[in-house]
Amino acid sequence: MKIVVAIKQVPERDAQVRIDAAGKWIEETEYALNEPDAYALEEALQLREQHGGEVVVLSAGPERVGTTLRETLAKGADRAIHVACDDLGARDALGVARLLAAAIKPEAPDLVLTGLQSEDLGLGQTGVIVAELLGLPHATLILHVEKTETGFTVKRELEEGWFQTIELPTPALLTIQSGGNKLRYATLMGIKRAKTKEVRSVTSAELAVNAAPVVLLEWVTLPRKQKSTQMLPGTAKEAAVALVEKLNVEARVL
Amino acid sequence: MSGILVVVEDRAGRISRISWEALAAGQQLAAQLGLPVSAVAIGSQTEALAAEITARPLAKVVRVEHPLLAQYTADGFSLALEQIIRTDAPAYIVFPHTYQVRDYASALAARFGQSLIGDVVDLSAAAENASPVFTRQLMQGRLNGVYRHTGSGPCFLSVQAGAFRADTPDLASTSAAVSVFTPTLEPTQIRTRPGEPFRDGTETIDLGSALRIVSVGRGIKDAANISLVQELAIALGAELAASRPICDAGWLPIERQVGSSGHTVSPKLYLAVGISGAIQHLVGMKGSQCVVAINKDPDAPIFEIADYGIVGDLFEVVPALIAVIKAAKQ
Repeated sequence: MKIVVAIKQVPERDAQVRIDAAGKWIEETEYALNEPDAYALEEALQLREQHGGEVVVLSAGPERVGTTLRETLAKGADRAIHVACDDLGARDALGVARLLAAAIKPEAPDLVLTGLQSEDLGLGQTGVIVAELLGLPHATLILHVEKTETGFTVKRELEEGWFQTIELPTPALLTIQSGGNKLRYATLMGIKRAKTKEVRSVTSAELAVNAAPVVLLEWVTLPRKQKSTQMLPGTAKEAAVALVEKLNVEARVL
Repeated sequence: MSGILVVVEDRAGRISRISWEALAAGQQLAAQLGLPVSAVAIGSQTEALAAEITARPLAKVVRVEHPLLAQYTADGFSLALEQIIRTDAPAYIVFPHTYQVRDYASALAARFGQSLIGDVVDLSAAAENASPVFTRQLMQGRLNGVYRHTGSGPCFLSVQAGAFRADTPDLASTSAAVSVFTPTLEPTQIRTRPGEPFRDGTETIDLGSALRIVSVGRGIKDAANISLVQELAIALGAELAASRPICDAGWLPIERQVGSSGHTVSPKLYLAVGISGAIQHLVGMKGSQCVVAINKDPDAPIFEIADYGIVGDLFEVVPALIAVIKAAKQ
């Protein structure tokens, strides 16, 4: 089974958020693999371990994306495709999905996996649109994938603690929800092996897709407080005493 | 191009709360742009659902009905809605931002060469003659982004739960006309086979009716530290809950998860320990009467909705809090 895993490099979870001079995005920071995509990779690696085949990771973005691709190779992916693209932020979800779909198509995979959403934009659309563009059936928020004779049986998360089983034919696209598997770490051997694995680069120009956005992120702002929060200063002890007093006397919730 | 089309969903056979909010967002947009609003109910039996909304000031209510829409599938819903949108040619299509909408709306938008503006929390027509702008949250709630639809063709958007007020609706003097639209669908066009919804938890916890909840997030760092927060919950007479990463890691059962994928709670007291406050968590608890946040990061989004905040190391603050509560009881 050939599996393509589309991944994204995103600002590190604990990184400071500073708006850039243009007011359109944040300043350069530290980057990491989008966590939901790490679950998609894990699902792909486990499927390969059970059924054999190949896991190809794919990511679009500037040169720094290469570091994250190497990380996924160290965890066990077989090879990588880097869609070199310096204007990712200027494209909308459809524009990014067009790039990824164009890069996936010649691979003709049996299964395409990606995380359910990115931690920076949080759109949760890329996988769904890629499926639409490639003409593949899809399912989102998947916690478990089982290969059947004709396709896949998957466990989909619904709202408020409900789940559902869905059957799909091959080939298909799934967006993976976090928590279905335990994530693996790269081993020293894996890191060593990753250095010799293939990372093929293709430029966004070579893929020749429509890049004109129909939706623009015009500017970003820091969120306004929705409530006037009383911050309780001092040592841990002082803050604890003040809080219990407030909860007793002011909020009356104890 | 004219009008605003709102797609409503049901929950247990009734219009869901977030669908009323999507209608409210549609009305707000309509008031700013001077456009008529229509609603679409989709399924195999939509008569009762449509009847629930005819009292609202709507140009019309369309029942998109077909036996193949009895159960949700991305293929069925996309094909059916594509047809009504091509027929009706609305300028805006508004969805409630639910798991179901997330599953198909962006594929549907792509068929029109469009990109969905998802999870919108605010909208504004801003300057005169300018197209409206839509606000959505970025970076797990640490940043807001303001979006504008620039292309020709319909604008697709979905609204976040709780972002638009649906509790004081305008009512129309005459009820809206209801029509039935039958899309052309073939069984072979539905490529996926969905099963019936099920639950697979074993522990029964009634977080929904808890008066006080102590909730724990990533900041707790290790499974072994959960007992510290448990002790605080016991001291406060509270139920213990968690954000998604804690349940993903298996440190607490999924039945204790608060947020869009877990429970929605509104206790008198919600004490969030080491929870940064990503949108997915906030939608599950922002209805709480009093929110307390303890977090080491002063910029954590949880402080934006907290009544009381303590910036500090939870491993110092929580033991101090337990000591003060225990002392007060004696």
